[in-house]
Amino acid sequence: MNEFQPKIVAFCCYFCAYSAADLAGSMRLQYPPTVRMIEQPCSGRIDIQLILQAFEDGADGVYVAGCLEGDCHFLKGNFRAKLRVGQAKKVLDDVGIGGERVEMYNLSGSMGPRFAEVAHEMHERIKNLGPSPLNKTAASAPLPAAAGSE
Amino acid sequence: MIVAEQKSFDEISKMVESFDKVLILGCNECVTVCLAGGEKEVGVLATSLRLLRKQGDRPITTLEETVTRQCEWEYLDQIEKLAEEADCIISMACGVGVQYVAERFPDKWVIPALDTKCAGGSVKHGQWEERCGMCGECILHKTGGICPVARCSKRILNGPCGGSQNGKCEVKDVDCIWDQIYKRMMALGRMDQLLEIEPEKNWSKARDGGPRKLVREDVMIG
Amino acid sequence: MSENKSRLQTLFEQGEFVVTGEIGPPKGATGSGIREHAKHLKNCVDATNLTDNQTAIVRLSSIAAGLHVIQAGVEPIVQMTCRDRNRIAIQSDLLGAYSLGIKNLLCLSGDHQSFGNHPTAANVFDVDSIQLIRIVKRMKDEKVFACGEEIKSDEPRFFIGAVANPFADPFEVRVYRMEKKINAGAQFFQTQIIFDLERFDRWMELVRERGLHERAYIMAGVMPVKSAKVAAYMQKSVSGMIVPDEMVDRLKKAEDQKAEAVEICVEQIKQIMKIKGVKGVHIMAVGWEEIVPSIVEKVGLLPRPQIPGAALAAV
Repeated sequence: MNEFQPKIVAFCCYFCAYSAADLAGSMRLQYPPTVRMIEQPCSGRIDIQLILQAFEDGADGVYVAGCLEGDCHFLKGNFRAKLRVGQAKKVLDDVGIGGERVEMYNLSGSMGPRFAEVAHEMHERIKNLGPSPLNKTAASAPLPAAAGSE
Repeated sequence: MIVAEQKSFDEISKMVESFDKVLILGCNECVTVCLAGGEKEVGVLATSLRLLRKQGDRPITTLEETVTRQCEWEYLDQIEKLAEEADCIISMACGVGVQYVAERFPDKWVIPALDTKCAGGSVKHGQWEERCGMCGECILHKTGGICPVARCSKRILNGPCGGSQNGKCEVKDVDCIWDQIYKRMMALGRMDQLLEIEPEKNWSKARDGGPRKLVREDVMIG
Repeated sequence: MSENKSRLQTLFEQGEFVVTGEIGPPKGATGSGIREHAKHLKNCVDATNLTDNQTAIVRLSSIAAGLHVIQAGVEPIVQMTCRDRNRIAIQSDLLGAYSLGIKNLLCLSGDHQSFGNHPTAANVFDVDSIQLIRIVKRMKDEKVFACGEEIKSDEPRFFIGAVANPFADPFEVRVYRMEKKINAGAQFFQTQIIFDLERFDRWMELVRERGLHERAYIMAGVMPVKSAKVAAYMQKSVSGMIVPDEMVDRLKKAEDQKAEAVEICVEQIKQIMKIKGVKGVHIMAVGWEEIVPSIVEKVGLLPRPQIPGAALAAV
């Protein structure tokens, strides 16, 4: 039997998480291939619709990674992202997909190991939750390369 | 503006249970500003409904549109084709918009997605408060520009009542508006005006007189 | 009898220090409890209030309760709030009440319905308490209904009461509003329950400064507080009321809290009687009516004065 391999979308801020991912790579740190990163100019670019769309397009889990609180390049983008992730959790609960499938993380560009740790953490969480209710029946459709980002 | 709040998703999804293709119609006026029924909320509601219905054996098709104003025929004329396609229309406007949509498309089932709350404004991000009671006869010149009809829990015209304490109303989480009226009138040196008894109000100009209607022949065309 | 005045009004005019009580009608269709309470109050108060769905909880009507009290030989002061009736219902009820022999009326705004057992009810507040006072006065003096239409005969001639809260904020505004009520037609006042005598004293000073004590009869509201527990509850949870810590402590330390409660209340009344401009005391002992006679006696206000030839209208 094939073990469930989740599809996780990570919306990563260019100024922190995206660089942290680079660093993790240069440090040769392993993290699960189930995480697909989408670069964002700021975590404040995230809105609830983008998160919902990722699920509609086949994601089993989504997380947003922004700068440490107080360190946002655009001052308040990561605080806004946090609120929007909160809104998305509520909607996902409402529609029966489950708010625990989406999360917000904060890290800095120098936190390569933390980036890998977050990826592991989310991978484990979604693996334990199983496939998104939308993916339970049919074999999961391939995830579009850049879901929702225009 | 008119302040409205979205109904719970559960309530909305139950109302559209028996429909397979819905038009979700936003309004670009008040409800956009109060983050209840603009283009963005239309998108989120549409996606939410699709996500829910995809999990069952009856997926739903959503058509999304947001018009300049739902309370005006000419903007509704523009969505005639879209309306025809749908089994039902979910209006994300205030109660006025919902009724305009229902009247404009008499053979369509129309569902309200919002609860219309009040005539008010945003006092800060994420907080809206009632300001006008729409009583039909403004008395703000007598109360320092602060409306007791809309903002006193008992719409008292000769306040404050005995329930006022430390600037708070006896009703939970409400400011005593008469406290504010007195403070403002004192600051403006107009306390004498408050000693005059405000007589019984003519509520016939308010909703109590029946539905209100304005006719102005001087601006009628054709 | 001169102009068919109420006993309450007559005593005020005679310069007596007046004592009133309070009865809360029951949540059931019987007058027996009311009559029982009235019996306790008979001969030790001059009249008793009948509350009007207090705290917005449905109870037997204050007017019907007034009639029960009359039948038990006590004079009623019927309370009328603006919460549940529009001006049509209010005036209709006033005609009815007066026709039953009720002569004293206390006009209030009424607690908001969100406090009561029907929080989803619509409220009315067609008129406010000051407008209500004005309506009652105009019915009496101008013989007109609120709309201006003449009352051709048998206009109700109530002795008009109002409430004042010396403890609500802002302090000065309370005196202004009291004056407004007098201007509207209020003839007597009952205050909110007083525990903080110092503040009441200061308030009375403002009242006297504006000469209001000469334009209306002011009664101070008092309440015997059964136990330290009740006092602590009121301190925390009842709005518009200031309960000093000393009072709570004193009750807590007492061996017999009930006896101490009576003692405190008696002391308060004695002090209140010394304040210039206070013409009576309103004892609110709802649920503990049987204690009122001993309080009134200990203060030295018994026996109550009799009015020659006055008998309550038996209906």
